[in-house]
Amino acid sequence: MESLSILLQEAAGATTGQGLAALGAGVAAIGAGIGIGKIGGSALESMARQPEMMGDIRSNMIVAAALVEGAVFFGIVVGLLVALG
Amino acid sequence: MLYFCSGFNDHFYTIFGMNRVFNRLFFSLIFLLLTPLAVLSQEHENEDHHEGHAKEKGTGEMILEHVTDAHCLHFFETETFHATVPLPCIVYGPNGIDFFMSSNLYGHHGEPVPYTAGSGTTYVLDKEVMKYVNEKGELVTALDLSITKTVLGLFIGIGLMLLIFTKIARRYKTNPLSSPKGTQSFFEPLIMFIRDDVAKPAIGPRHEAFMPFLLTVFFFILICNVLGLIPFIGGFNITGNIAVTLVLATLVFIITSAKATGHYWMHIINPPGIPLWLLPIMIPVEIVGVISKPFVLMLRLFANVTAGHIIILAFTSLIFIFYGKFGVGGAVGASVVSVAFSIFMNLLELLVAFLQAYVFTLLAALYFGGAIEEAHHGHEEAHH
Repeated sequence: MESLSILLQEAAGATTGQGLAALGAGVAAIGAGIGIGKIGGSALESMARQPEMMGDIRSNMIVAAALVEGAVFFGIVVGLLVALG
Repeated sequence: MLYFCSGFNDHFYTIFGMNRVFNRLFFSLIFLLLTPLAVLSQEHENEDHHEGHAKEKGTGEMILEHVTDAHCLHFFETETFHATVPLPCIVYGPNGIDFFMSSNLYGHHGEPVPYTAGSGTTYVLDKEVMKYVNEKGELVTALDLSITKTVLGLFIGIGLMLLIFTKIARRYKTNPLSSPKGTQSFFEPLIMFIRDDVAKPAIGPRHEAFMPFLLTVFFFILICNVLGLIPFIGGFNITGNIAVTLVLATLVFIITSAKATGHYWMHIINPPGIPLWLLPIMIPVEIVGVISKPFVLMLRLFANVTAGHIIILAFTSLIFIFYGKFGVGGAVGASVVSVAFSIFMNLLELLVAFLQAYVFTLLAALYFGGAIEEAHHGHEEAHH
């Protein structure tokens, strides 16, 4: 296992810490996918139930998605900071 | 281009029998896809010559350079000519304040060189951080008050805002009852949107007091975000600078704390409707929440804008990476995909620019509303 990581390091020119940081950023993106997917799904469901509220629901969905993205970007920025310096 | 716009599609046959709008869009897309070929075939030669006398700059370094602050405005570079505009440096070193142009700090190929200023201190840029050599000979960070790229972008944003809003205000003063035209008609829906859909529902009847701040913050973030998206003017990254968003979030925090009623603080120490045994946990959480709400505000804006810029830069450098690996053919092939993705990402970033300004303003309004709300029917159950 150790020799594999050393080989990969040689190949990519990165350290283990940087690789882990990239992995962390990727895992944070999973959080974004799940969160915004749930928001979008329930928004679509409620829009189908009540088409006259579509505009309202759309704006609230976008606001909630932006808030969830805020948390996710925090994780991504930490990963970026570690990976690039 | 003018011939194209003036009715090319109205005189000739439309492609595939599409209607005129799609015809125009289709031709624009073709032109857009072909232009990078011409530009890139020029830039590749320069990239080639660069490898000759300097270490080839990695993509990561190039992206970091574009996203962080700089002491000069860098437009493009050929093998012999660096199209940069040096910006004034104002540094408070150990021997007082020094004024000089940043061109003194860059060598022939853009690498940092030391410069001895008028007061005798020698300054050098270490990864765009201004440092000076002290008596022991080591590098110490100086107090750098220079007009950097971000500061210049701030001034441009401020200038634009002053221009636009004095123009609108003047038109309102001289002609209050006429129908809006021009600048006024573009910005009035946005201003009314902020007042009616953001401030009024969030703050309630006393929203007028907070309107100047909310409008300023909204348009400042919007203009700075859009400024960062425009290519070829030097690559500004204003709202992607954590210091700028830190100031915005601090202002929100100061206004929330200053305008907060006693009720607001009581609800932090004693949140309504919490059973007694939960209180020891809730109080630290609420106190951290007071700081963390503006902190997340700052981080959200910073991360969104910086991530967007990095993605666009990464798609653009994809072409150069493919050139390095597969030559011109690979670069041309990559450029078709890269341009398509870049167009999509730029449109998405335009949406994000508006959305982040809106979310920042909305959350600021919600915090203000929460701070100034008085006891009303919602809280009676907890206070009996």
